[in-house]
Amino acid sequence: MRLQRLQINGDRIEVAAPSHWTLLEVLRYRLGLTGSKQGCDKGDCGACTVLIDGKPVLACLTLSALCEEREITTIEGLLPAHLRSGGTGPDPVQDAFDRCGALQCGFCQPGMMLSARALLNENPAPSRAEIKDALAGNLCRCTGYTQIVQAVELVVAEAAGSEPEPPAWAPNANPWKNGCAKNGHEEPPARATDNGEGA
Amino acid sequence: MLRLPKFELENPTTVAEAVALLARHGDDAQVIAGGTDLVPNMKHELFTPDVVVSLAGIAELRGVCVRDDGTVCIGAMTTLDDVAASEPVRARALAVTQAAALIAGPQLRRMGTLGGNVMLDTRCQWYNQTHFWRQALGFCLKKDGTLCHVVEGGGKCVAAASNDTAPALMTVGAVLVFHGPDGPREVPIDDLWHPDGIYNKKVRGELLTEVRIPPRADDGTRLLGAYGKLRERGSIDFPLFGVAVRLDVDANDTIQDADLCSVALQARPVRLKKMAELLRGVTLGSDAFQDAVATCAAQAAKQCRPLANVPGDADYRHAMVPVYVRRTLLAAAAGSGPVHHI
Repeated sequence: MRLQRLQINGDRIEVAAPSHWTLLEVLRYRLGLTGSKQGCDKGDCGACTVLIDGKPVLACLTLSALCEEREITTIEGLLPAHLRSGGTGPDPVQDAFDRCGALQCGFCQPGMMLSARALLNENPAPSRAEIKDALAGNLCRCTGYTQIVQAVELVVAEAAGSEPEPPAWAPNANPWKNGCAKNGHEEPPARATDNGEGA
Repeated sequence: MLRLPKFELENPTTVAEAVALLARHGDDAQVIAGGTDLVPNMKHELFTPDVVVSLAGIAELRGVCVRDDGTVCIGAMTTLDDVAASEPVRARALAVTQAAALIAGPQLRRMGTLGGNVMLDTRCQWYNQTHFWRQALGFCLKKDGTLCHVVEGGGKCVAAASNDTAPALMTVGAVLVFHGPDGPREVPIDDLWHPDGIYNKKVRGELLTEVRIPPRADDGTRLLGAYGKLRERGSIDFPLFGVAVRLDVDANDTIQDADLCSVALQARPVRLKKMAELLRGVTLGSDAFQDAVATCAAQAAKQCRPLANVPGDADYRHAMVPVYVRRTLLAAAAGSGPVHHI
């Protein structure tokens, strides 16, 4: 057991955890941040993806004690980070996944969205091949990936002010055209996930 | 849910400290670099060390540099992502950057390191499983048991070397630098392995600190290379078969030297025999080159005998050997690659 000083979603957190605990265990079972999912628990599925210093890595294979002085972002921190940077509403990635129906069971979504967010931060206009490449470490057993790739393309298109390519199932009546009715998200509270004090 | 067994974590900041810790704890210690293989293996109780020595805090082990004499030095803790994107490594060893870019998935390449891939434990479908799974089968030769499930009655472990960068580094004659209590020493990568699946390295208790790619001979040839990887999915998976190619061609596109090495067959990466003599003197793009490539592919199929050690049907993997050798040779000649089917 040792005291670990972690920086998670912009909060400085002191947490006591054994040396052999992974970051995923500390997030879920010490801090109550259950957004990062425990899937295969051995590096296959990507459900536990978090951002460390802005880059997607797997929390299930990362020793928590080695994460001190690193900046950790979990799915709970995606919206607050967007708001802190002056945005309103949900992060465009979250919004696009919602509008495109890029999920069914939702288990892969936290990791999928963090991988997508990191890609877009690094490369605001990725090609379809680059999107697929960036999401290759996140497995989804429901969607068949089509809507997930579409959602990322929607973010890219809307950010550039261009018209997104229509999905294959509606080639003539592009549902994404003209910013078609964004879902009526209520304005989230300024600090939607104040998770600093532990479970 | 897979939990790690208990251990104490050491986080040294210099190579000297890490070497001292390894000397003090001996076989009770394990080195952790990126952790992408060691952590699942510890969760499977394949390793239950008392002490885990992390290299994450040793800054001197990261990064790529080029020396005045042209030697490319890659720190053992350089991530696979950084190796794949490294221009000096690409210029000197195209197959190495291509192999690094095909390892696992994006998250794992950001965590996993070149040193970790070189020193990767051998893999087998009867070994890389949970304790519960292995116990149900009566364990195996490599860990806790006396029975080999791959070769009936086999007394020698045939778990497969599964590190994509190893054959690629072999084709360019890489040299490994190990630090032990007596200081650093150089080991040619060909001399690192021996064909024992239980532990396929001749080095024990020393720390791999650097991978060096020696300068090319100044003979006017240029380097071509490619890596081909057979795997089940487009990401994540270890190789079912891997082959690295190096071709040295002169100004007339005539092959002066060639080297082909493969992985995921047996306990060590293996050099394919007779390839240089089949390809030497042949000009790229000629009919003779097409013939030589076909002969090399047929030769490789004779030499490579995949076993039921890693996932994937052994007969299918055997049928894919000539296909991947042919495609990877053609990719090297065309300056394309890597070769993979997904």
